[in-house]
Amino acid sequence: MRLRAIPTLLRIGLAEAVAYRAEFLIWLLSTNMPLVMLALWSAAAADGPIGRYDTQALTAYFLTGLVVRLLTGAWVIWALDAEIKAGTLSYRLLRPVPPLLAYACENLAAVPLRLLLSLPVTAVLLFTSSDGHLSGEPLRWLLFPLAVAGAWAITFLAMSLVGALAFYVESAGSIFELWMGLFGVFSGYLVPLDLYPPWMEALSRWLPFRYMLAFPVELVTGLLPAERIAKELLVQWLFVGGLLLLVSLAWRRGLRHFSAVGG
Amino acid sequence: MARYLQLLGVQFRASAASAMQYRAAFLVEGVLSLFWAGWSLVPVLVLFGHRPVLQGWSFEEALVVMGWFVLMKGILEGAVNPSLQAVVEHIRKGTLDFVLLKPADAQFLVSTARFEPWRVVDLSASLAILAVAFHRLGRWPEPLHVLAALLMLLCATWTLYSLWILVVSAAFHVVKVDNLAHLFASIFDAARWPVTVFRGFWRVLFTLVIPLGLMTTYPAQALLGRLTAGTAAAALTGSILFGAFARVMWLSSLKRYTSASS
Repeated sequence: MRLRAIPTLLRIGLAEAVAYRAEFLIWLLSTNMPLVMLALWSAAAADGPIGRYDTQALTAYFLTGLVVRLLTGAWVIWALDAEIKAGTLSYRLLRPVPPLLAYACENLAAVPLRLLLSLPVTAVLLFTSSDGHLSGEPLRWLLFPLAVAGAWAITFLAMSLVGALAFYVESAGSIFELWMGLFGVFSGYLVPLDLYPPWMEALSRWLPFRYMLAFPVELVTGLLPAERIAKELLVQWLFVGGLLLLVSLAWRRGLRHFSAVGG
Repeated sequence: MARYLQLLGVQFRASAASAMQYRAAFLVEGVLSLFWAGWSLVPVLVLFGHRPVLQGWSFEEALVVMGWFVLMKGILEGAVNPSLQAVVEHIRKGTLDFVLLKPADAQFLVSTARFEPWRVVDLSASLAILAVAFHRLGRWPEPLHVLAALLMLLCATWTLYSLWILVVSAAFHVVKVDNLAHLFASIFDAARWPVTVFRGFWRVLFTLVIPLGLMTTYPAQALLGRLTAGTAAAALTGSILFGAFARVMWLSSLKRYTSASS
């Protein structure tokens, strides 16, 4: 029953993304941070490489980062926050599909469109980084979709977890901004992680943020040593599993707390 | 004029009264914005840890820009964002009618509708960053430079406000504008870096198209005594023209407004 609904949900999600394409495009344009950081770090690397990064390595790093970020975007937190506050979540609860599954489908359905829009970036990336700044090993590229899927899952589940806080508190949105602040620093989004002091880089390996961005990026740019790949992939999916558990607990408890106001 | 000042006073008192009701929120917001001010220093620290001088900017000088950025962010989130977010809501629901009916200029009314007085915390964070920067530089800004910086601050605030009016004018055409606000915030984030660090496309974009340079780099340069008279004059004329342009766009967009429901 639930599984049969998934294709329909995906179709609806895609139709919505296409219908609101102007908004969708604006939303994507606001993922401009990697480009700004690229411009900035390139200026810094103009007179000699920084750590392992010369200008071309930086280009490869931040453009891959942009592609990963575009592919792994989710917006479930805003939907949850608004629907729980307004009480319209009750409509979703009436349906025979668990709300989180429906949200996941809505978010996933936009991935083809995101893929399409990230093609120009990918083209530029391949054109500028043909000289060995992207890994040539097929194994890394085979694992890349898995790493991106894991990154998306962590993003989505973390959003759902913080979103479930909206059952209890008013300011789930600002808690999520806190999460985004940590993400910016510990995911390699603003600064490649190995440019940090060693203790900070070590700390980042214990936090989920690295596995949302830096891991897939370092995987295909070849910055990640081969012997670490299996380990990091495992850690990534352990985070996915742990978050899944937490989300289902939080969601079940939260729903008991939920009384549709207005609606 | 006096009537408008009086109106401003009334609007501000109303905001202050509503802010006083959420004192717990103040504590949370205050702690958060102090945290953010510190946190946003991380990339600056790392970058200057690897390069002592970046395109002619030392760490201390970049810190001055950062201080202005925190201040402008405070102004944006405390005085500009809340009001204009409310307009967008009015446009969507068609309740802008009630504002238009009032016997005062609509742009003035919507722009002063809401303030968040608690954002004053950002001001103190900004002053702290500036103090650290100048302490490390080993000198204090001269009175004349402070005056120039304050003039630039006026230009910057005016430009920021005009930019937002443009975004709101767009809301008359594309109703779903929360995304535009998000886009605006994401671009504004780049203002934490001195604009002259960027080159080529980004330099042009951030200087002329979206005048981020005017908002943080020029005031910082003024404070450091590095702003040339020519740049200052250009900034002044630029911001006045920008404001006029925003006013024209607002008026022409207002003509298109057809009360949605109500």
